[in-house]
Amino acid sequence: MLRVEDLHKSFDDFRAVNGANLSVQKGELVAVIGPNGAGKTTLFNLITGQLQPDSGKILLNDEDISKLPPHIICRKGVARSFQIANVFPRLSVFRNVQVSVLSQQRLSNKLFQSASRLAVQETNRILESVGLWDRKMDVAGSLSHGDKRILEIAIALGNEPELLILDEPTAGMSPEETATTMALIQRLAADQGLTILFCEHDMEVVFGTAQSIMVMQQGQTIVQAKPEAVRQNSEVQQAYLGGE
Amino acid sequence: MFGEMIRQKQFGVSIAVFVLLLLVPLFLPRFYIYFLAVIYLTALLAMSLNLCVGHGMLFQFHHGVFYGVGAYTAGLLLAKTSVPWWIAFMAGPLAAAFAGLLIGIFCIRLNRLYFGMLQISLGSLIWAIAFRWYGLTGGDDGIHGIPIPDFIASTTSSYYFVLVVMGICLILLYLILKSPFGSTLQAIRDNPERCAAVGINVRRHQLMTIIIATFFGGAAGVLFVIVEGSIFPDLLFWVLSLEIFIMCLLGGWFTFAGPILGAAIIVSLRTFVGAYTEYWTLILGVILILLIFFMPEGIMGYNYRQLFRSRTKYASQIQME
Repeated sequence: MLRVEDLHKSFDDFRAVNGANLSVQKGELVAVIGPNGAGKTTLFNLITGQLQPDSGKILLNDEDISKLPPHIICRKGVARSFQIANVFPRLSVFRNVQVSVLSQQRLSNKLFQSASRLAVQETNRILESVGLWDRKMDVAGSLSHGDKRILEIAIALGNEPELLILDEPTAGMSPEETATTMALIQRLAADQGLTILFCEHDMEVVFGTAQSIMVMQQGQTIVQAKPEAVRQNSEVQQAYLGGE
Repeated sequence: MFGEMIRQKQFGVSIAVFVLLLLVPLFLPRFYIYFLAVIYLTALLAMSLNLCVGHGMLFQFHHGVFYGVGAYTAGLLLAKTSVPWWIAFMAGPLAAAFAGLLIGIFCIRLNRLYFGMLQISLGSLIWAIAFRWYGLTGGDDGIHGIPIPDFIASTTSSYYFVLVVMGICLILLYLILKSPFGSTLQAIRDNPERCAAVGINVRRHQLMTIIIATFFGGAAGVLFVIVEGSIFPDLLFWVLSLEIFIMCLLGGWFTFAGPILGAAIIVSLRTFVGAYTEYWTLILGVILILLIFFMPEGIMGYNYRQLFRSRTKYASQIQME
């Protein structure tokens, strides 16, 4: 479904992504791991169009999307969450999700209809499925960090994505919150047949959930394989797992 | 349900206020009728700017230009051509919206402060044209005694016309703000990057906002011509733009009706304090400083915080706005 081939991106002299390769099959749960500064977030920003690559290809269903702006890529079925909680702080939780549902239904430009009657069912369904329904009238800025991260996933779900990209979905969460969030992600993948690409620091989390793991170091892909194979790969052990 | 109740209550209050304003000319002396009409059209101007500033976080620093373009278009058509009055009136907002489109296309590529800076420079170009082109615009003298159609020529009838047009425009602005367009705009204000990632064409949405805002700004300009019967380059000068900006901040830029209050306060100051001293802008400066320190969300914004302490209620209130 998604294939990244020999992707490069530099900021001035710093090569943030320097030969990344990745392949995501439909229905798969794929993790990207690597030490801090390995280029995981940059890779995600390149895929979703926040950044433009210097060279290399990003193929979504065999179409090159590497030069497209973020909103077009989103309309092609790729939704994402961000590493820093990235919600609409002044709007209510309900409005936060409704914005993306409206966008998905191509209603964002409607001028003289009342927004409070549109896309209500879909929005409520998403809020229910992630467990934020009872907080839907709260201002998003007042949520706890963990809830904001969940809300972010809910916003991304509003786009009914084929491919959901999560940038460190459990960063800064307590162990309990991490467990709930990962359970939620696995449930979404199973129930809705979502394809999910995520990056994560917590090795337990990654090896417990992912079906395929891509390892990055200094912007480069070392290997992509099944969890057991990655665990046994000597290069990976040296570069990353060795220290733990 | 709570929200629904407030909504009906608010609606009732608005109707009551409107009826009251309809009756006002029966009691007030002529000067005050004129004065109120000026407040109304300035309120509409401030509301139109607030669509950009408060709800879109687009720092439209030179909104006065579009007010001026609306006024000049209608004024010139009435004074120099024989087109029917209603065409002149419609041409004002349309010309302003077109100017908004032209300037917006360039400005929209820049962010926040730079957006404002470029707008001031491009807007000043239009001001310079109005100021220098004596043959057409009368230069710094402007044009006075513009023929206004008989049915709105008197102070009282122009008062009613301004009131009704402003009422209609406010309803339209309210509907726009409540629409998917408006709610998406507020989401862009809060977080443009996230909006792009949910499939919204942020730049196009902002450009649409500018066009709508400048349309209503131009409408306010036409109302000015009706009330004053004259046009002059000060309408497009950046000082006026700053005043409108302050009206939004003062009244409460994250609220719907805040700019009306801001406009009423500033126009009153300008009229009554300005009659005593030409340094009335000094007072404006002091107000601005106090505002930044004590009420960064303006008077109406401050009110809501006080009235709705609990988060949940505040949330539903924000939704209302």
